[in-house]
Amino acid sequence: MSPSRHLPIRRGAVNSCELVGKFRPPVDVLALDDTVMPDIFFLIQVLNGVQYGLLLFLVASGLTLIFGVMRIINLAHGSFYMLGAYLAFSFAERTGNLWLAMLIAVPLTVVVGLVLEAALFRFLYHRDHLYQVLLTYGLILALEEIRSIFFGDDVHGVKVPEFLNFSLRLTPTLSYPVYRLFISAVCIAVGAGLYMFINHTRVGMSVRAGALNREMVQSLGIDIGLIYRLVFALGVALAAFAGMIAAPVASVFPGMGNQILIISFVVVVIGGIGSVKGAFIGSLLIGLADTFGQVFARQISGITLYLLMILVLLWRPEGLFGRAT
Amino acid sequence: MSKSEPVTRRTILKGIVAGAGVAAANAFMPRCFAASAPTKVKLGLMLPYTGTYAALGKNIDDALRLAISERGGKLGGREVEYVVVDDESEPAKGAENANKLVSRDKVDFLIGTVHSGVAMAMVKVATDNDTILVIPNAGAAAATGAACAPNIFRTSFTNWQPGFAMGKVMAGRGLKRAVSVSWDYAAGHESMGGFKEGFATGGGSVEKELALAFPQVEFQAILTEIAATKPELVYTFFAGAGAVKFVKDYAAAGLKNSAPLVGAGFLTDGTLQAQGDAAQGIETTLHYADGLNVPKDKTFRAAFKKATNRDADVYAVQGYDAGQLLAVGLDAVKGDTSARKEMIAAMEKAEIDSPRGRFTLSKAHNPVQDMYLRKVAGLENKFVSVAVKALADPARGCKLV
Repeated sequence: MSPSRHLPIRRGAVNSCELVGKFRPPVDVLALDDTVMPDIFFLIQVLNGVQYGLLLFLVASGLTLIFGVMRIINLAHGSFYMLGAYLAFSFAERTGNLWLAMLIAVPLTVVVGLVLEAALFRFLYHRDHLYQVLLTYGLILALEEIRSIFFGDDVHGVKVPEFLNFSLRLTPTLSYPVYRLFISAVCIAVGAGLYMFINHTRVGMSVRAGALNREMVQSLGIDIGLIYRLVFALGVALAAFAGMIAAPVASVFPGMGNQILIISFVVVVIGGIGSVKGAFIGSLLIGLADTFGQVFARQISGITLYLLMILVLLWRPEGLFGRAT
Repeated sequence: MSKSEPVTRRTILKGIVAGAGVAAANAFMPRCFAASAPTKVKLGLMLPYTGTYAALGKNIDDALRLAISERGGKLGGREVEYVVVDDESEPAKGAENANKLVSRDKVDFLIGTVHSGVAMAMVKVATDNDTILVIPNAGAAAATGAACAPNIFRTSFTNWQPGFAMGKVMAGRGLKRAVSVSWDYAAGHESMGGFKEGFATGGGSVEKELALAFPQVEFQAILTEIAATKPELVYTFFAGAGAVKFVKDYAAAGLKNSAPLVGAGFLTDGTLQAQGDAAQGIETTLHYADGLNVPKDKTFRAAFKKATNRDADVYAVQGYDAGQLLAVGLDAVKGDTSARKEMIAAMEKAEIDSPRGRFTLSKAHNPVQDMYLRKVAGLENKFVSVAVKALADPARGCKLV
């Protein structure tokens, strides 16, 4: 590399002060010159895919719990995601601090989950799935209307917490927001925690057993009702938490939950119902398929996810890590 | 006439008795059949009152009513009755809803809507039933293009118009290489097409047209593509939540350094609060702006604020002008909606004193209007200059042209 090759990089870094984060120049971690390394953009696309996949996993994790493990079809999962985002927006606006907002909002969503379970869902465990679909579809409409009454129909932005509000310079023209990497780290932590909870704790074992045979678990002296109540609340809280942490990058807007809901179901189905590991792998696959669909197959980028789902289900009808029943 | 009776006192008396009889009979007839007493003009408002576009629908509705209430609540001397339908921005229900207004409610005029897909369903129904339709927002080219008709009017814009204007401005600055980004739907392609045409007038070329599936808002892959292409500028057509997210992601990716982001005005309209710092300095083109030196704009904004306690925006302006256009048509025929030809002719020739500045209608019934270049400063889209004066949509495929 000749010295002149470095010039545009340095100049770009100086110019960017005013634009990327207020007084924070992007940190030159890589700052690879793409004329030297043309494949850098391919690698960045991989990063995009993984990062998007992890974000999807965070949303889908609550669904894995409620739909995958407890076997309750919860169409309102996306609405809980939206609820979280709006709570984060509302509290962050008042307190000026996203962390504080989450600290207030997460327990609140646990309460919402407990109330919904006690008031509605527990009557449907032994009913046909159709009842659950009808109930949760009704919840979508109700929550959307409540949102409209309390928050209006405008789009809102949530500020990225100050100490994460800067970018890493990857190429002379492209920087990567650190907050996105932070989300990825949180997703991995949540995923690991959930995996441990489901597969390596007594409560997790009871939950899994309850999904297979509720009466048997009950007759063994386990209060399955209580466990379900807690796990359902946890699932709601996870969806809402995903909405909160994604709010600064996703913005907050009406109907935001419905988009994410369908992809979340695709993730859980691809991964295999009941498998946290499957949901994790499924999320990554979807993230990558979506990203590269946009790069290499733009004409059909709207359906790459579903093509992937079809292929996976043809190959393994029970999903990647699901057990055949 | 060979035999004419002389007018005697008796014939006059007969006439009076007969007249009184008719009047008495009228009093007992349902009002819609009554010939002498003018009935109300029925306006069928089909707008989104719920969902993503609810705020837009509300502003259009309120501003339209404002325009009519400023005329004493009358059009062509007749009282106005509103029949309101929430179209939910749901294209699948568009034809059904419009048909209900036309067949069941027997409205004299159809007014709507925001969403292009729903608007095109309304165009179809209006054409089939020969009902006069006024579109107060949807910018689909076909409405005043391939599907144009004497009874279809629009008081807003075509997607092509802001795109073309921005292309011209950028070409005028000597820029040559652009990338355009939008959702993969008709509005996006029409807007990007307009930009391409305008940009080509100065020898500029669009190297890539990137389109995402609607309504996806995960932009990282696209942004990486842009960084790899290294254009001199990026043109976008996004609105609402997509606009908020794209503008923020674009800034966070540091692309503002190498390629300024420009777009059709919806990119920064009604979204500035949410976009925050990321939107500052972004230039857009639209047929409306903040800080226009138009006297009518000042009075309109004040009146709208007084009536609704909200600030007026481009959607309110379009709704207001829909009301003004109806007034022109009905005033010309003194409220006689059966004089369709005269009414349509008057509407065609209308010169609307709009808050956006005066405009006329093209042969295809779309506004021939100034396109403004605006720049985001604080929470306003500040007027910079007139990008293109009296710009008319090419109305491709329209038989009226």
